[in-house]
Amino acid sequence: MSGHDHGDDGVSRRKVLECMTWAGTGVLWTVTGGVPRALGIIDSAQAATAAAPGMTFLQISDSHVGFDKPANPNALGTLEEAVNKINAMPAKPSFMIHTGDITHLSKAAEFDNAERIISQTKLDVHYVPGEHDFIDEEVKLYRERYGRGTKGHGWYSFDAGGVHFVGLVNVVDLKAGGLGNLGAEQLAWLEDDLRGKSKSTPIVLFAHIPLWTVYPEWGWGTEDGGRALEYVKGFGSVTVLNGHIHQVMQKVEGNVTFHTARSTAFPQPAPGAAPSPGPMKVEDAKLRGMLGVASINFKQNEQRLAIIDTPLQG
Amino acid sequence: MKTLNRRDFGVDLSLALAAAILLPATKARADDMEVHIDNFVFQPAELKIKVGTTVTWTNRDDIPHTVVSAGKFRSKTLDTDDKFSFTFTNAGDYKYFCSLHPHMTGMIKVE
Repeated sequence: MSGHDHGDDGVSRRKVLECMTWAGTGVLWTVTGGVPRALGIIDSAQAATAAAPGMTFLQISDSHVGFDKPANPNALGTLEEAVNKINAMPAKPSFMIHTGDITHLSKAAEFDNAERIISQTKLDVHYVPGEHDFIDEEVKLYRERYGRGTKGHGWYSFDAGGVHFVGLVNVVDLKAGGLGNLGAEQLAWLEDDLRGKSKSTPIVLFAHIPLWTVYPEWGWGTEDGGRALEYVKGFGSVTVLNGHIHQVMQKVEGNVTFHTARSTAFPQPAPGAAPSPGPMKVEDAKLRGMLGVASINFKQNEQRLAIIDTPLQG
Repeated sequence: MKTLNRRDFGVDLSLALAAAILLPATKARADDMEVHIDNFVFQPAELKIKVGTTVTWTNRDDIPHTVVSAGKFRSKTLDTDDKFSFTFTNAGDYKYFCSLHPHMTGMIKVE
């Protein structure tokens, strides 16, 4: 990609972080004809933004503000770089979705720092919590900051551009040996929230942990996600957005498109490709091949799981 | 650092303080055991111990974890290299898991 010169003479730390942000800036979506479509991550989507006839919105995820381990010693810095790229976009998106793990350890200072940087976009941001945002002793920092007007542990819905958006929380009351969890109360609320909506209303569900089963061995899925998906079955256009796994994956099942976003902090391995889902610490020289960019194509009618990662090299 | 009197603490905190004071003493016991968290796995996943044994979990991952046995014990969130100890005073099987990554499970068998 032009503008990023990745020579063979090794990559400095600075360059590495630059690439990381580049890979994790955010996904730009447009809604045209009632169907949300990913235009790609910001850099590749910029040209399309101006031309996009419909409403556009952004998704960013997994900022992990406070993370300072070797995989990325400055997660706040890479978030800031992502925000700079957002601010440099030629057309301002209507709003932004953050699919969780804003912070690494749910500390007040981490929430403060994240807010200070993200607010520089001057965009409305609709959050859902990741498990990392719910680990303070009384589990109140996220809810005090972002939970106003939400139900239960922080779920809510809103309408924009003719689309019905639903933010779900699947990081609470996790059961031993299980996956992500929505819970009966939230599912009942969701069923009620969708009741009476015209089936032609485009639906966007967003949550932190994938609602579909990506890789149960690493907990990458939601125990009762299938119940939520049943409720949206009859709708003509359903888009499900997640974070949590720090890599791009997409699959299309009938009228439902599933999409996971990259992290702005650090990459995680492909399912089963490492002993654990922990942060990938890769040698600088290898990183270019593993981070990848981004073309997030809209794969209509493709049943198999599509991992649409394009390496920077090779 | 400010010196704190015992009376400055509520009940929970004084218990925590007592545990913190007692820990180094119990640590010397030969049969105390350790569990490490590496790569999102409790190692060893199953431990057989005698009543009175203290087990100490250490998180060696770059990602925080917890150690939770429903109704029995619950650690705070353990960041990298943080530890949690629990002394088992009753026989029985103690299933536990990480409440952040529930696919991580372990078992302590106390006899």
